[in-house]
Amino acid sequence: MSIANYLYLSAILFTIGAVGVVVRRNAIVVFMCIELMLNAANLAFVTFARINGNLEGQVVAFFTMVVAACEVVVGLAIIVTIYRSRRSASVDDASLLKR
Amino acid sequence: MTTSSNLVWLIALPLLSSALLLLAGKRANAWGHLLATTVSASAFAIGVVEFFAMQNRDVAARPVTQKVFTWISVGDFQVDASLLLDQLSICFVLLITGVGTLIHVYSIAYMSHDRDRRRFFAYLNLFIAAMLLLVLGDSYLNLYVGWEGVGLASYLLIGFWNEKPAYATAAKKAFIANRVGDVGLSLAIMIAFATFGDVTFKGIEEQADQASTASMTAIALMLLLAAVGKSAQFPLQSWLGDAMAGPTPVSALIHAATMVTAGVYLITRSNFVFDAAPTAQLAVIVVGVITLLFGAVIGMAKDDIKKALAASTMSQIGYMILATGLGPIGYAFAIMHLLTHGFFKASMFLGAGSVMHGMKDEVNMRKYGGIGKYMPFTFITFGLGYLAIIGVPPFAGFYSKDKIIETAFNAGGLKGVLLGGATLLGATITAFYMTRVVIMTFFGNERWGHKDEPHESPALMLIPISLLSVGSVISGFLFYRNHSLEYWLKPIVNPAGEQHLEEFLKPIVVSVLAVTAVIIGVSIAIAKYRGEISSEAPVKVNALTKAARRDLFQDDFNEKVFMRPGQLLVKKLLNFDYIALDGLVRLVGAVSVGAGQSLRKLQNGYVRSYALMMVVGVLSLLITVWLMTS
Repeated sequence: MSIANYLYLSAILFTIGAVGVVVRRNAIVVFMCIELMLNAANLAFVTFARINGNLEGQVVAFFTMVVAACEVVVGLAIIVTIYRSRRSASVDDASLLKR
Repeated sequence: MTTSSNLVWLIALPLLSSALLLLAGKRANAWGHLLATTVSASAFAIGVVEFFAMQNRDVAARPVTQKVFTWISVGDFQVDASLLLDQLSICFVLLITGVGTLIHVYSIAYMSHDRDRRRFFAYLNLFIAAMLLLVLGDSYLNLYVGWEGVGLASYLLIGFWNEKPAYATAAKKAFIANRVGDVGLSLAIMIAFATFGDVTFKGIEEQADQASTASMTAIALMLLLAAVGKSAQFPLQSWLGDAMAGPTPVSALIHAATMVTAGVYLITRSNFVFDAAPTAQLAVIVVGVITLLFGAVIGMAKDDIKKALAASTMSQIGYMILATGLGPIGYAFAIMHLLTHGFFKASMFLGAGSVMHGMKDEVNMRKYGGIGKYMPFTFITFGLGYLAIIGVPPFAGFYSKDKIIETAFNAGGLKGVLLGGATLLGATITAFYMTRVVIMTFFGNERWGHKDEPHESPALMLIPISLLSVGSVISGFLFYRNHSLEYWLKPIVNPAGEQHLEEFLKPIVVSVLAVTAVIIGVSIAIAKYRGEISSEAPVKVNALTKAARRDLFQDDFNEKVFMRPGQLLVKKLLNFDYIALDGLVRLVGAVSVGAGQSLRKLQNGYVRSYALMMVVGVLSLLITVWLMTS
């Protein structure tokens, strides 16, 4: 099996994630799509580490996981707070910044 | 050249007095008129002293100068504020200060009921100072300062009663018409400077033979334009009639005796320019002839006594301008007529003022009639002025006008006959309209329509009038006797001693012709106005009278040809400015605002559209990099 298939998989996962972010309204789903994009990037990093035969890609993947964990903590807290105050988890309802 | 330190005081005294009266305000109300009159009289005294000193010197040493200060000093070019008193200027100094002082005295009584009498005297003194600077300046630049100064004084005095909008408009009209002439004077100065590098009379006279005829003609025509504006000559004469809005002493001093004759002074002073420019001299003659007939025709139809006299002033100055156009021989006669005119016209204006004083400021002659028996003194003095202006021997106007008619006939050939004929015709019309004024005012049925009888004016008004009347009786003979004025002015205006081209008619024949012309004019007027005169102006009159009542349509012409197109031009320029220039600026603004408006829509607050934009941005960046590297 060609190693390039991992990169294709990564690209497909990233695209699914990006489309999900753009088309879905539910904040939780958007959030999961972001996680999907991050993990697609991780897959690409790991694949490149394998191709190049060193560990640098794998190290970056760990960093990405740490950042993703932090992001989940903060992001979920914001979503929960918004849901509490507005009774809605739709990202389109939180559009007050335009004014 | 002799120097004198007195000259500057001639100008400085009235100028300082004027400033003092204006700055002191109400505190000077009690004594302002006395100070102004004293100052004017002192200037006259200085003038008389200078005159006798000049008379006692040799002919060559007669002009005196005084350098007051260096005015402009740029590199090699230097203009001094310096004064020149020669045989020509002294005539004017004596006329301005002499007649000026008499009119100051007259105004004390005439303006005694006016609450602004002090301001009036301040302006009169300002006028005296400016007019003296005009005739004493030794260069065109100094003359220009005085020229503008008298224009300002004239404006202030015409609009003295500016609470009446018509009077304020008349002042503005006079000022604007004068500005047209002033442009001519400033252009003449510029051309003279470009040609000679000098603006003094002496410097230009010395270099006059080196300049081309073309540049001399250009300077002369521009000087003529200046003279036409200031002296109310055709085609800039329309302001003089309206200028009668000013108080009557002003009309007598500024708009009859002195300021309006400044144009004649300018041409006479620039004789070396005009003698080198025959084309310009022809233009001067044409202007003079047209105006002398134009003014006379207008004078025939006016019912307002001051406007009739103003039209007459216009016509008489036409005679002077014509004489200056006739070359070296004419200048002296122009000045002679100017001086005698100063006496008799000022006397008649003051007489008219006296009549108005007795008639509750009525100026319409159709509301006069039979005043002679109520105001005998005014009647006699006015009558003497009348005999002088129509040219009855031996009164002043006879000698001066006769000389001009004679010079016109002697201009040579057909031109001489035409000019002589025009001057004779002018003399006939003058006799007609002045007789009309006298009959309508002093004779005939009483038409004033109220019971109050006219009363004679106070002595303070009658004394100046009588002194001026004496001048209008004897001055002509004094100037004429032994060619005294002609020889006095000869070193200035006719140094080469030029004579008439040919003697077309013997002087005695010309005199007989002139007197005949006068008799014809007087007879027609008596025949026409002998009977009852209506107190309303007749409506059914011939076309010429209608035209003359409207100043021969000069105002209508000016409005149609200059004012309306001028307004149109201004409107178009304003529109161009608004549409083209402002439009460009507004377009730039509108583009910025429009760009902002459309970009603003991107900031819609929806997170998903921001995310889409990021995706699109990253993708386009990647595609760009890919395209550029592959």
